[in-house]
Amino acid sequence: MALKLADYKTDVHNDWCPGCGDFGIVNAIQMALAEMGIRRDKTTMFSGIGCSGKTSHYINTFGVHTLHGRVLTFAQGAKIANPEMTVLAVGGDGDGLGIGAGHFVAAGRRNVDMTYIIFDNGVYGLTKGQASPTLKLGEKTKSLPSANTNASVNPIGLAVASGFTFVARGYSYDVRHLKDLIIKAVNHKGLSFLDVLQPCPTYNDLNTRDWYAGTDLVDEAQKRHSRIYKLEDQKFDPTVNYASEVEVNEKLAQALIKSLEWGEKIPIGVFYKNEWISPYDQRIKDKIPNYLENPPAKQTISKDGQPSTDISKILDSLEV
Amino acid sequence: MSVNADFTWLIGGPQGSGVESGANIFSKVCAEMGYQIFGKREFYSNIKGEHSYFIVRVADKEIHSNVTDVNLMVSFDAETIFRHFDEIVSDGGIIYDADLAETKTDAVHTLDAPFKERLHERLRSEDRPFTVAGALEIARGNGVKLFPVSFKSILEALATETENPRLKGLVRMFNVIGVSLSLGLVRMSTDSLQKTIGKIFSNKPEVAKINQLAATYAYNFATAKFEGFNHVLSGIQKTPGTLLIQGFQGTALGKMACGCRFQAYYPITPASDESVFLESNEIIEVIDNRPGSTAVIQAEDEICAMGMTIGGSLTGTRSATCTSGPGFALMAEMLGWAGINEVPIVITNYQRSGPSTGLPTRHGQDDLLFAVHAGHGDFPKIVYASGDIEESFYDTGNCFNYADIFQVPVIHMMDKFHASSVITCKRFDPQKITINRGKLLEKVDDNYRRFEFTDDGVSPRSRLGMDNGIFWNTGDESDETGHITEDPILRVKMMNKRMSRLDLILRNIPDNEQVISFGVEEHTIVSWGSAKGPILDAIKMLKEEGIKIGFVQLKLLHPFPSDYVNFLIKDAKTIIDIEANYSGQLGKLFKQNTGRDIDYYILKYTGRVMTCIEVYDALKKIVQNKADRREVLMHGA
Repeated sequence: MALKLADYKTDVHNDWCPGCGDFGIVNAIQMALAEMGIRRDKTTMFSGIGCSGKTSHYINTFGVHTLHGRVLTFAQGAKIANPEMTVLAVGGDGDGLGIGAGHFVAAGRRNVDMTYIIFDNGVYGLTKGQASPTLKLGEKTKSLPSANTNASVNPIGLAVASGFTFVARGYSYDVRHLKDLIIKAVNHKGLSFLDVLQPCPTYNDLNTRDWYAGTDLVDEAQKRHSRIYKLEDQKFDPTVNYASEVEVNEKLAQALIKSLEWGEKIPIGVFYKNEWISPYDQRIKDKIPNYLENPPAKQTISKDGQPSTDISKILDSLEV
Repeated sequence: MSVNADFTWLIGGPQGSGVESGANIFSKVCAEMGYQIFGKREFYSNIKGEHSYFIVRVADKEIHSNVTDVNLMVSFDAETIFRHFDEIVSDGGIIYDADLAETKTDAVHTLDAPFKERLHERLRSEDRPFTVAGALEIARGNGVKLFPVSFKSILEALATETENPRLKGLVRMFNVIGVSLSLGLVRMSTDSLQKTIGKIFSNKPEVAKINQLAATYAYNFATAKFEGFNHVLSGIQKTPGTLLIQGFQGTALGKMACGCRFQAYYPITPASDESVFLESNEIIEVIDNRPGSTAVIQAEDEICAMGMTIGGSLTGTRSATCTSGPGFALMAEMLGWAGINEVPIVITNYQRSGPSTGLPTRHGQDDLLFAVHAGHGDFPKIVYASGDIEESFYDTGNCFNYADIFQVPVIHMMDKFHASSVITCKRFDPQKITINRGKLLEKVDDNYRRFEFTDDGVSPRSRLGMDNGIFWNTGDESDETGHITEDPILRVKMMNKRMSRLDLILRNIPDNEQVISFGVEEHTIVSWGSAKGPILDAIKMLKEEGIKIGFVQLKLLHPFPSDYVNFLIKDAKTIIDIEANYSGQLGKLFKQNTGRDIDYYILKYTGRVMTCIEVYDALKKIVQNKADRREVLMHGA
């Protein structure tokens, strides 16, 4: 029986604030899963801590709500042990780029075939609005006693530099576009990263829905224009099309330059895509030829309560 | 001539000069010739240059520890002599490089100030110069025989004889020369030496050949030139089915045998050898089936290692990590997550001396109380300790069963003493390991609830990716499905469900896996972990003198088997706690759980392992009523 969108929803009460950008993201994830028809019991949603951490409870797949900053560690371990699963990890920008920044960088180097989505709103919501790693230096959102004294991290740039092989940005109020991005990210062979701009209506009074919509920007013709624009509309080609250093460097540099755009024009869409880098499962397979057919989670380890492992050769080599 | 063997040999030199491989050859040859081996490695936190040494005890009877005295020392540098000359027993010997005799203490830059001060004091007290010769004169005065040899001349002679001038400069063969001189001196079989070298360098026949030549030359040199050494190791009947094994291999082989197929780790001494061994053997032979494999993942830190391990376990894979104190400290938050989510994982904890970085390459049983209390909040876990390497193989299998059956994290306490010991022991029998996965499901019916309330407090366990087996986990308090709850009534039910596991553990783990009693006497020792070896040897020595001391080895340390321990020790009048830390951590746990006081502590926290002689001396003082309440052991360079 074909799965419907409703099948991917749980009946857990959603306690996000009215108007929260997170709703758009969770809807986009559910729509993407439904459209791809991925079996619910072959998918695990991992989440970190914070408002975004609750996402795994709202999606009717396996759901693992982990610890602050550590979502990628759990997710990678599970995916390596059972590579047949579709794995998505979600978390906030404080979670992934503050306390979890070390894991973010290391995950890029590993390139495990899974998807990581950051709900990027510039504030720590559940602790009442402190500055998060993506809030710009000198900005003062309404709960801050004084302006932010830290410079912001560039999530797209960091992902590209860390080795993520698919890097994109979405906007939580453009749900269809976001859904398409999630499908692309999940289908990508390797570690994909999605930075999702997500207004926090309660604590971030700067980067609001109206601000992204450009209500404050008026051009000469007295026409408003949205800050958000789509890279694909500008014929931006994010893909590393052939395996050469020149091509890779060009696409990396172009992604990095694009990632610096902010203010009156904010690009969304795919910044970088490189399928020439081996995913981690391939690297394991190079050492362990039957890893994908017989991964850790599928192995037979006992027969009638006795070990089926044969370590006699190793013991022979140690025997005097 | 002494024929019944209990012989201790020491080889020392700068780190990176082949001390370990020298000791490896020596141990293999002696084991090959039927002897029991107990070897230990001591080294600085350094890659090249600092002093490292290896002590190998060779005996014709069962041994579980090292002794204090050394019968024969071989050194190819000056520092080894400066550091160890006083450990050589009368009638023992020192083989040393004659070219180094005039080396002054000041010329050895790796002698640290506090040691040098003590050394100078010692040399001054005997009115000797601050040179190698000065130290050797003191040894000679102690009745030690000196066997000078020019290592350089041996290489030169060898080069001339074989018409291979290249050999002259091969100082990295000093270790093989030192070992061969030693074996020649004790008249050990040369065949076995040649065979062992051939085996060790089996991948490099050219290297094997050169080393075998050098070995022959040095061996013959010793038999021809050295006289008057009263120890002979000519070999005894070999016990079939004997392994020569290094400490970390016990838990590694246990993991392979019991089906651990996922291990994530971050490099740390003395734990990472275990992970490296697992990865070196990552493809696993399976009886009547295609090969299996262990995914061994080097994480970016211990937090990730622990997260990955939990992730692995959630897929139903037996999963573990291996670490030491500083790394385990980083894992504490995740330990609580595994606790509240009832995730079976095994953390193999090879302790070292703390606090902080402490003595990073030295021994300590410093982390018992930390392991018992690790993680915030109340949650069930198991802390389990192995007494020796052979035990650690079987215990590893048990730890995974406990984790699966009780659905709790298990902290398997090991230490540096275990990790860097090289010993002979009975060949492991994997068929003695059973595999019990508890309530892990093979298929799931509808309406599955991961944290369903059950009679015994353990819920059937699905795995990520299992058909119909969808569940949720959260570090928050949760309901039966795994969704967040803050309901006070449900909170209490969930808390009670999880914590009831502690009683279940005590009721279900067999007594002989919880505690091992080696007999209870008026004086009875309580101890845990690697202190077992020196204790067993010490109480045997005392027994031979007619002094009976009891010994209760605690293996299950959390939850603490209070009733069973109280029952066991009811006839003991004097309780002696022996362990390698400052505060007597087991003693505190013991008092807290049994209500009984510790009468005496024998503690060691120099970072060096206990010898059975030290333990023997301290126990004897206690029996004779001459001991302090807290006896602190100090032996070892």
